[in-house]
Amino acid sequence: MPIAAIIKSRYTINNMSQKILLDKINVPGIKTYEVYRKEGGYASVEKAFKMTPDEVVEEVKTSGLRGRGGAGFPAGMKWSFIDKKSGKPRHLVCNADESEPGTFKDRFLMEYIPHLLIEGMITSSYALGAHLSYIYIRGEYMWIYKILERAIAEAKAAGWLGKNIMGSGYDLELYVQIGGGAYICGEETALIESLEGKRGNPRIKPPFPAVSGLWANPTVVNNVETIAAVPWIVNNSGADYAKIGIGRSTGTKLISASGHIKNPGVYEIELGLSVYEFMNSDEYLGGMSSDRPLKAFVPGGSSVPILPANLIYKTATGEDRLMSYESLSDGGFATGSMLGSGGFIVYNDTSCIVRNTWNFSRFYHHESCGQCSPCREGTGWLEKVLHRIENGHGREEDIDLLWSIQSKIEGNTICPLGDAAAWPVAAAIRHFRDEFEYHVRFPEKIKNRDHFVAEPFEKVKHLVAKATV
Amino acid sequence: MELKNYKQNIDITPQMTERINELISHYPDDKRKSALLPVLHEVQDAHDNWLSIELQDKVAEILQIKPIEVYEVVTFYSMFNQRPIGKYMFEFCQTSPCCLNGVENLMDYTCSKLGVKIGEPTSDGLFEVRGVECLGACGYAPMMQLGDFYKEHLNEEKIDQLIADCRDNKITLHDK
Repeated sequence: MPIAAIIKSRYTINNMSQKILLDKINVPGIKTYEVYRKEGGYASVEKAFKMTPDEVVEEVKTSGLRGRGGAGFPAGMKWSFIDKKSGKPRHLVCNADESEPGTFKDRFLMEYIPHLLIEGMITSSYALGAHLSYIYIRGEYMWIYKILERAIAEAKAAGWLGKNIMGSGYDLELYVQIGGGAYICGEETALIESLEGKRGNPRIKPPFPAVSGLWANPTVVNNVETIAAVPWIVNNSGADYAKIGIGRSTGTKLISASGHIKNPGVYEIELGLSVYEFMNSDEYLGGMSSDRPLKAFVPGGSSVPILPANLIYKTATGEDRLMSYESLSDGGFATGSMLGSGGFIVYNDTSCIVRNTWNFSRFYHHESCGQCSPCREGTGWLEKVLHRIENGHGREEDIDLLWSIQSKIEGNTICPLGDAAAWPVAAAIRHFRDEFEYHVRFPEKIKNRDHFVAEPFEKVKHLVAKATV
Repeated sequence: MELKNYKQNIDITPQMTERINELISHYPDDKRKSALLPVLHEVQDAHDNWLSIELQDKVAEILQIKPIEVYEVVTFYSMFNQRPIGKYMFEFCQTSPCCLNGVENLMDYTCSKLGVKIGEPTSDGLFEVRGVECLGACGYAPMMQLGDFYKEHLNEEKIDQLIADCRDNKITLHDK
């Protein structure tokens, strides 16, 4: 398989930086239970059984591990919110509904080292006192659903699931649930609705899932990468994990890299690596494909603000921009962005920011669940206005109209999809307003969809300033 | 497109019933509705990749829920098809990272090669081309989903080969 071969060659490079999730990825047969176990797999379950569940939670708290799905909320704290007083059954649900444009890391973990996730699910379920847990995977990852089902069957046959696991007295059943193709189900309450066999309409919070989640039982929902980090933390200690990374960005992060770069793919980086090194070193992205100039990047999936070239390697105050939660958001939305899900999309000078923004708006319009009017109507409106600008029918006032629409979606919806739809539009206008003006004022020059391939915007930029409105 | 009440032969085989019962067993006894999405995938895969109203009613009966509870789910999720579709459905990811790698031109090429427009099956019912939203393969663009599998790092030659392989019945759609 060519893709596997490419991935393999990428990971045979001897990296100096610490690997936690992918350190065994090159071991032949690591997909299978036998090899995974021989390489020390499932040790965290054995170790956890010698600890109390609360001690496991404490280790995860100490580690500083933050939710890897995008929000970055401390995982240990989320765990500590789970309601134990009501006496209701508790559940751990793994969010494998990876759908944020630019993100394809969870898929890599589940496909190439599925037992790491299963081990993490068992250890984490034990910590939470859950006896029935689920992995909710997006419908399009059908072949990975089958990989996980088979891996769970292997784990069960080896005695890691079921009643009285390894004589510990702890019982756990773990199942995979397949979705139906809806980005919104990556939002934790929509995911729970979907797992109950319903439309993926997010719920109003509170109550939070930790109190009333799946079937109104206390539930924790965590991303695949978050759960996959738990075995290392339990095996080595939370304090050791907290030593990796930088400041409050502890540990390692999987980055999905795509766009105009030499080496697209999934990388495990230690948080705090400089964006410059990640972009340009041969160990990582290897610089720009076709050696064209860098124009913009989106560091954390389509929802987070796009940044222009001058704000990528340095922050507005001239400091080195690092791959960490704090550094990527340095400067707020005025001059910063977010680490998000780690969906790292790179654009060269032939890319059209207006077209890219229209494309993202179409995505959010398609994926809006339709519950809240500002999102249902607003995302469609954004898409239409952007479509007409991109196709040469834009009006000068459309740019302010876009600004007005996005500002009225943001903060006015039940779930964050509204914000996710608004931010890319706001950031594109904030940093690339002249490109929107060019589309409006020179409609004949943007008729072809590859308009900046022959003539990058940099070359025609001067026309915008001269043109009268 | 013409509005019709599309008809379908419904066949729930004993093997399928066994699989459905296994899926239902993943949830507490009074929560069998939770099995709805996995069950819909199973029956759709076995019925030419689409779900007629009659088939949806059958699913409601199996799960002991109201038909409306099935309809509202089928209409919400993009993977459930409510009309007959091409046997080999080329679902190209058309979200931005794939566009940066030329998926739009490749979709145009595929459509002209097959002589179809997006969303309309070929007259023999063998092929259909669709644009879908992000499939989580941004680093391996341009790409498409074909049945249960992804076809990645595509180009015109690979499209030609895929079409030929489909015609020669060499393509597996489902992993059962």
